[in-house]
Amino acid sequence: MVENRPLATFFAHLVLILGAVIVTFPILFTLLASTYEGSDVASGRVTLWPGTMGLENYWLALTSGARYTAQNPAAHMLLNSAIMAVTIAVGKIFISLLSAFAVVYFRFPGRMLCFWVIFLTLMLPVEVRILPTYKVISDLGMLDSYAGLTVPLIASATATLLFRQFFMTVPPELAEAAKIDGAGPLKFFWDILMPLSVTNIAALFVILFIYGWNQYLWPLLITTSGGMDTVVIGMKKMIGGDDTQTDWGVVMATTILAMLPPIVIIVVMQRWFVKGLVEQEK
Amino acid sequence: MTPASSAQAPFQNKLLPLLLLLPQLLITVVFFYWPSVQAVQQSLYIEDPFGLNSEFAGLANFTELFRNSSYVDAFLRSLFFSAAVSGLSLGLSLLFAVCADRVVRGATGYKTLLLLPYAIAPALAGVTWMFVVHPSIGILGRALVAMGVEWNYLLNGNQAMALVIFAAAWKQISYNFIFFLAGLQSIPHSLMEAAAIDGAGPGKRFRDIVFPLLSPTAFFLLVVNIVYAFFETFGVIHAVTSGGPAKATEILVYKVYSDGVVGLDIGGSAAQSVILMLIVIVLTVVQFRFVERKVHY
Repeated sequence: MVENRPLATFFAHLVLILGAVIVTFPILFTLLASTYEGSDVASGRVTLWPGTMGLENYWLALTSGARYTAQNPAAHMLLNSAIMAVTIAVGKIFISLLSAFAVVYFRFPGRMLCFWVIFLTLMLPVEVRILPTYKVISDLGMLDSYAGLTVPLIASATATLLFRQFFMTVPPELAEAAKIDGAGPLKFFWDILMPLSVTNIAALFVILFIYGWNQYLWPLLITTSGGMDTVVIGMKKMIGGDDTQTDWGVVMATTILAMLPPIVIIVVMQRWFVKGLVEQEK
Repeated sequence: MTPASSAQAPFQNKLLPLLLLLPQLLITVVFFYWPSVQAVQQSLYIEDPFGLNSEFAGLANFTELFRNSSYVDAFLRSLFFSAAVSGLSLGLSLLFAVCADRVVRGATGYKTLLLLPYAIAPALAGVTWMFVVHPSIGILGRALVAMGVEWNYLLNGNQAMALVIFAAAWKQISYNFIFFLAGLQSIPHSLMEAAAIDGAGPGKRFRDIVFPLLSPTAFFLLVVNIVYAFFETFGVIHAVTSGGPAKATEILVYKVYSDGVVGLDIGGSAAQSVILMLIVIVLTVVQFRFVERKVHY
């Protein structure tokens, strides 16, 4: 800061500590409650000190699911979430790279039309066209499948725009040189453009993985069999109508398991995540 | 928003670029355009719930919506909800960003913690807050009840609304924080020093330098937050209140779902979809026309 004001700095720390408490408290409370017996949680006996049922709750959550409500083991739901998140992230990055490459490095009839067709999808979020999209999936026989869960979410205007912007900053001489050396477009794409894009791809992967992992409305519509539940959906299904019949300890353990992978990714890849986010919206 | 100028077009090939674009175009047409056209078409028809009969109805579905008080209520509720979520989240994250910009010691720790909500699914954000304020299992909820407050968001609509607003705003703090902090850190240090030498205190500097330079970022975030509150908070509401109690938390996106998927009112739900689509189009145009040009990171 410009001048040294100890009082202002102290106040800033105070606000940030308060912010950190607001941000972490619900996560912390869920974590604490996940170490208690379900009936203790239901009757509000959770304190700010961990209980003794932690290992048992997490083991039960992972291998068989909550008591009283028929549920799948979280291990299986976590696998579904991972398949969904990775497929969406990799798929989006792959088709966006190809599209951006085509738009930047070629001149062909209909190029502007293709660009606008992709660009305008920004205005058609899935929340807005729920039923007709569901109908398309059902007509294609893709209900209750990994394909139905992922493919419709793979088109991505923002990722295409991001890569397009990046390719335009790559010196055109590189492509010229590659051409003189006898490299075709695909060889140039793979051997020169891809290695240059690694950081962008990594940054985008973090964001898209979290986007895919945290999907809710789409899996809710597209999957009906319990075996296809993602962990975010399955977790919600465990909360029965009757509080006393809900196995809260296991429910909360499952909630923590559902939050863990994206949290780990953000903490470990913080720098890339921030870069990816700011770049993506540029 | 136009593709690269013709300076950069080294490869001559007519077929290959179309092949490269094919996967993206295919998915876009099949899963974006086709359903959107269908939504517009369905919105003009009245169909019985089993899809056996449909009859052209013109704009009847739309006029019916606005004659229906439950739709108008949901519309107004969505406006209130998104204003509250955006206001709360933008306000808090600006405060945190200004403080984080100031502190040196522990800055990384604070930043890491403030990024956490981004990682959490809206539905899980809602559910964890529900755990905390639940009148019988939550530590805060029980404390409120013990203090004699009639706290029960399962029965009280205003309390339910407050809970989903808070959970939705909480989830958005990280995003706003990152952009505000980036905005603050891009303000040249020399500018602030010069102002300080001229005798401007922190309050005056914030008003005359920081605020004007940050306002494009703030405007961009406002649009993003409105879009978020309108369209991405479905998970929070579905997981916490299911639109209840007595529709107190039913916003437009939730209503499209409950009327269409649960209530099987195809035409009405499609008409609602079309209205939502128009809202997204307006917001997206605003974002690109006015924001793209003015925001500099």
